[in-house]
Amino acid sequence: MKLGLLAGAAGLALAASAGLANAQGTLRIAMTAADIPKTHGQPDQGFEGNRFTGIPMYDALTAWDLSSADKPSVVIPGLATEWAVDANDKTKWVFKLRPGVKFHDGSDFGADAVVWNVEKVLKQDATHFDPSQVGVTASRMPTLRSARKIDALTVELTTSQPDSFLPINLTNLFMASPAHWQKLFDAAQGADAKAKAAAAWTAFAANASGTGPFRMERFVPRERLEVVKNAAYWDTPRVPKLDRVVMLPMPEANTRTAALLSGQVDWIEAPAPDAVAQLKQRGMVITANAQPHVWPWQFSFVEGSPFADRRVRQAANLCVNRGEMKELLAGLMEPAKGTVPPGHPWWGNPKFDIKYDPDAARKLMSEAGFSKAKPLTVKIQTSASGSGQMMPLPMNELMQQNLSDCFFKVDLDVIEWNTLFTNWRRGAKDETARGAHAINVTYAAMDPFFAMARFLDSKMAPPVSNNWGFVNDPEFDTLVAEARSTFEAGARDAALAKLHARSVDEAVFLWVAHDVGPRAMTQRVKGFVQPKSWFIDLTTVSMQ
Amino acid sequence: MLLYILKRVFYVVPVALGVSLLCFLLVHIAPGDPLVSVLPADASQALVEQMRVAYGFDRPLPVQFAIWLGRALTGDLGTSIATGRPVASEVSTAVANTVLLAIVATLIGFAIGGALGFIAGYFRGSWIDRLATILSIAGVSVPHYWLGMVLVIVFAVTLNWLPASGAGPGGSSQWAWDWEHARYLILPAVTMSVIPMGIVTRTLRALVGDILSQEFVDALRAKGMRDGAIFAHVVKNAAPTALAVMGLQLGYLLGGSILIETVFSWPGTGFLLNAAIFQRDLPLLQGTILVLGIFFVALNLVVDVAQAALDPRIRRS
Repeated sequence: MKLGLLAGAAGLALAASAGLANAQGTLRIAMTAADIPKTHGQPDQGFEGNRFTGIPMYDALTAWDLSSADKPSVVIPGLATEWAVDANDKTKWVFKLRPGVKFHDGSDFGADAVVWNVEKVLKQDATHFDPSQVGVTASRMPTLRSARKIDALTVELTTSQPDSFLPINLTNLFMASPAHWQKLFDAAQGADAKAKAAAAWTAFAANASGTGPFRMERFVPRERLEVVKNAAYWDTPRVPKLDRVVMLPMPEANTRTAALLSGQVDWIEAPAPDAVAQLKQRGMVITANAQPHVWPWQFSFVEGSPFADRRVRQAANLCVNRGEMKELLAGLMEPAKGTVPPGHPWWGNPKFDIKYDPDAARKLMSEAGFSKAKPLTVKIQTSASGSGQMMPLPMNELMQQNLSDCFFKVDLDVIEWNTLFTNWRRGAKDETARGAHAINVTYAAMDPFFAMARFLDSKMAPPVSNNWGFVNDPEFDTLVAEARSTFEAGARDAALAKLHARSVDEAVFLWVAHDVGPRAMTQRVKGFVQPKSWFIDLTTVSMQ
Repeated sequence: MLLYILKRVFYVVPVALGVSLLCFLLVHIAPGDPLVSVLPADASQALVEQMRVAYGFDRPLPVQFAIWLGRALTGDLGTSIATGRPVASEVSTAVANTVLLAIVATLIGFAIGGALGFIAGYFRGSWIDRLATILSIAGVSVPHYWLGMVLVIVFAVTLNWLPASGAGPGGSSQWAWDWEHARYLILPAVTMSVIPMGIVTRTLRALVGDILSQEFVDALRAKGMRDGAIFAHVVKNAAPTALAVMGLQLGYLLGGSILIETVFSWPGTGFLLNAAIFQRDLPLLQGTILVLGIFFVALNLVVDVAQAALDPRIRRS
């Protein structure tokens, strides 16, 4: 009798779970985030935030082309149809806006909305200014200063200095609905306008309105976000095929794997490398593609650092067996040959070929005065985990072994991830570096400022930005300035290619790997294209 | 008795103040920048300074503590840096989820632990005693994290009987007492119950053995009382100690478990603390620790008062 009851209960459970899994057009995704990234239009939690609560629900003036798995992802028109810098004053840009676009609440998108969205993060005396959105937005468009309406569908943006990177930066400024926010503000409780504005933004996050292909339907903080198809999306070919997407935060890799294998979700982000074989065996599809992500050692150039010697930097680059590392990561990486891969518009043609060549590395080290009997001791600061860090300890230990063959003795200084991240901004001269000769912090390389300018320009040394190692080379400064002030897209890319080629020739980093953004999904998920990007387009996906 | 209660309540005040000071200072002593969750590493120094002022981190620590404590006394635990939501509502939702999990785990742990402990103690030296001892040692020794993963692999991944994670098909806000929701509770609750089960089993086994060796049991036997009736006497004698141990265990479970809640993505205080730690969300971290700390202080107060009510010697001491 009891056994019968148990079997009946199990049967019911199976039927219920199967029923849930078969819901037509519903895709359930397990994210790596511990919480739902912010939903008010300026997501936090790094690019996973933009991927899941930015791009699906919102649009920006410019967008990433996410349609191809083969070509580099480039910037294309979004809510702006065209843009140009003022020929006489290169700090002013004119953006023509797309007509007929509506927010999810039914209000119109136009120049007023653009001005409002710029002011939400840049105009401190604006009622709707939100300090919590400033950090994740202003740093990604560091030169934007203001916006001005010219007419209903034209807007002028002003930068602090001539900056050809602005259209790329603007992919990070998502357009939230001013009309919807105003309604929430009018209904909000608060002692003053500032308190009411904060309450309105909190309410907006729970009931968001953008112009994107999906609109928010249900939000349970820390548990789930449900978005549904925006059938009236302005970009008709990109009206979603899915009816609904459910996003669940699952920070633990094993939990995500179990959720996929038990049929609780259809898609997981970043499966653990050691789970890939099991997932494939159970019929799951693993997708991956090289991302604009770099897993490096960033060298210190301060006085006394052995990496101030180019021969030592090049030797380190030649002594890492990236093939072995790929094996260690179950194939979930691409060996790096620079910040961007060959074939990318910014690749250039560096003379120094980054590959595994321990003989050449030993030769360079001998020329620099080191040998087996007289090895070079270097200290590297890293973390045991962290966003984008992949598997930092096993990877660094493998490098430690590799480099010992080339007369390096590597000491790893392992510190907590957030501390390492904070130290990164303080630089190699700060006491928090504890005498480290390199730091192992991964970075995104989608945007030329974040990929190169902040590391190579001497003006970006701490505390200004992330030139942690105090690179100070007039040639780099000139190349950065040239790229920033070249406004024709092709010429700007050529300038960036020169900058990149020189950075590789000078071996400014020890480039190791590009993450491939692995994800695992059931065979029922169809139509997914994984571009060479941190981002994805969910509109092409359907459930069989 | 009233005087005793007042005295105990009075003692709670400095303890609670100490708890609040400790939880405020501990999170500030930890290295790293509290603005890391709202500022990327590439943020300019000017922006960092602007944010530091906006969030009040530019003020001296004693001033920050005074402001925080003043607000906490009115029930305002501040706003989460990472989410912008009020900490009090975040914590209260998480506490409710943890209480649900803890109570179910307690019921499982106490029912199994109580039964095993009494039986093992009563039949000391028998095979059932050895089995109960093995189970109780395993219960207190097996790491939660490992057991949780094994249960998930067996019951969720392999057998597909139970869900691997979450708090119901629609999340905890749509919780209902039906099988569709209750099945989400089973694996985390069972995982959480093994330690109290082990401790209760071991305690009761020793206690029952001790009671059985007392003279009044021999006297009952000599009078011709049957085993069942003697067992009832043993249970009655063991109950106060058993309840004290169970109360303590319940307190621990109500504090939540970072590991279990993370493994099962159960949105309780442990899961919340995990997120707060990784995001360096100081207000959320301080608020959660404060609520849990005050909760323990209050629980101790209740236990003290209950013990004094049951045993007049404690009141007089």
